[in-house]
Amino acid sequence: MSFVQGLQCRECGRKYPTAPLHVCEDCFGPLEVMYDYDGIRRNVSREKIAERPRNLWRYRELLPIEDEPRVGLYSGFTPLIRARRLGEALGVDELYLKDDSVNHPTFSYKDRVVSVAISKAIEFGYETVSCASTGNLANSVSAHAASAGLNCYVFIPEGLEEGKIVGSAIYGPRTVAIKGTYDDVNRLCSEIGDKYQWAFVNVNLRPYYSEGAKTHAFEVAEQLGWKLPRHIVVGSAGGTILPKLGKGFKELRKVGLVDPDEPCSIYSAQAAGCSPIINALKRGTDVVDPVKPDTIATSIAIGNPADGYYVIQTLKETGGWGENVTDEEILDGIRLLASTEGIFTEPAGGTEVAVTKKLIEQGRIPRDESIVISITGNGYKTIETVAHIVDRPYSIDADLGNFDELYDGLTRATRPDAKAG
Amino acid sequence: MSVRVRVPTPLRKFTQGSDEVDVNGDTVLAMLEDLEQKHPGIKERIMDESGKVRRFVNVYVNGDDIRFLQNVDTALKDGDSISIVPAIAGGL
Repeated sequence: MSFVQGLQCRECGRKYPTAPLHVCEDCFGPLEVMYDYDGIRRNVSREKIAERPRNLWRYRELLPIEDEPRVGLYSGFTPLIRARRLGEALGVDELYLKDDSVNHPTFSYKDRVVSVAISKAIEFGYETVSCASTGNLANSVSAHAASAGLNCYVFIPEGLEEGKIVGSAIYGPRTVAIKGTYDDVNRLCSEIGDKYQWAFVNVNLRPYYSEGAKTHAFEVAEQLGWKLPRHIVVGSAGGTILPKLGKGFKELRKVGLVDPDEPCSIYSAQAAGCSPIINALKRGTDVVDPVKPDTIATSIAIGNPADGYYVIQTLKETGGWGENVTDEEILDGIRLLASTEGIFTEPAGGTEVAVTKKLIEQGRIPRDESIVISITGNGYKTIETVAHIVDRPYSIDADLGNFDELYDGLTRATRPDAKAG
Repeated sequence: MSVRVRVPTPLRKFTQGSDEVDVNGDTVLAMLEDLEQKHPGIKERIMDESGKVRRFVNVYVNGDDIRFLQNVDTALKDGDSISIVPAIAGGL
């Protein structure tokens, strides 16, 4: 049973039917899915959700599909980890990580939005799916298209990490690398989408695709025992996930799954080399001027964020804020997360950790309230960005004496008398 | 100056379905005014009442976002290619 009532322009309110449309004809505003929340309220309960399989479809009343889900039957329900050692390092009492770096099947938050988009593409009868991507989205679309038996074209900027390129190619899509930045890819894809009748998950299916991001928020709340964290930090690229976390928490209040008075402040993380949203936030405006990206955090290197305006609205509305960090701080963030919690994230995740650290140090996030950091991607895809900051293996012969010598050297360095000798 | 404008789907009802139209103008603003002359109603979809390009519309001259150029005052030359593109989600 579906509670979808159609689409509506976020800006002017004009209503549209449930169709592969994404832009308001009158004002170019983005279209959003409308639901019958009273109906949902009568039909969902914590108990009902608890009985369902541990995937993102357990919240299906709040997702825009009509039929049974077609893909993503193992996507979502990623771990929410109580991060004691990282919490200690950051000097905070109650820290959690929402770990989408182990999302199924392609190890990023994108498996959420793509599960919804491809299910919807099948409902609409499309045979070819496509996307404009900074890497993770292409991986996820390629994998889900393969599992659904759909044709697939993915468009990426040139110069992505090998893990992201091979991580799409293995599923057999046509991969097109565009000479330029993600913003160039986007512009081209908008024009390709106009000409070819494909399901572009983040273009003509965007209203449905972006709804999948809410499941990140739903899971955080459920995993905290149907409570909201007081603070949550997430990266911003095009700006899809952050406003959808805000929408997800709002919906939980609206349909009675969490206390309607529970506050949750949301914070945006960007790389200093690409922070159009943080720039606008700090200037005190909601006009997000585009920038030319220059950062190692390729998955958030979007200079012209489509939903930047809504990110700023959500930060204001929830009492949150945002910060940006340098590439060096991003690498430190990756290493800090790995060494304290045993989780290897990509530069976007390093940004999320480093920005959280900065916001805590600035006093923007208090040390004695619950904090969630969203870890949106996996470090095994972006090995080359950190290869130079890790120890290389010690190379020795297969000889016990050789190892004794190495071990002696390694432990002497850490013994208190070592310096004197 | 004669330039070619690529028209996105939501605006094609103003151009009798054409995905490309030729218009004149020395600047982006002049071009948009000529576009309005030839296809009445189209300009207000691209610009708001105060004369600014709408928040969710991107205008490109030969692939460059006009916000990196001189915005609506960006000069045009014969044969330039203009794209009008709605904003698109992505990333992370």
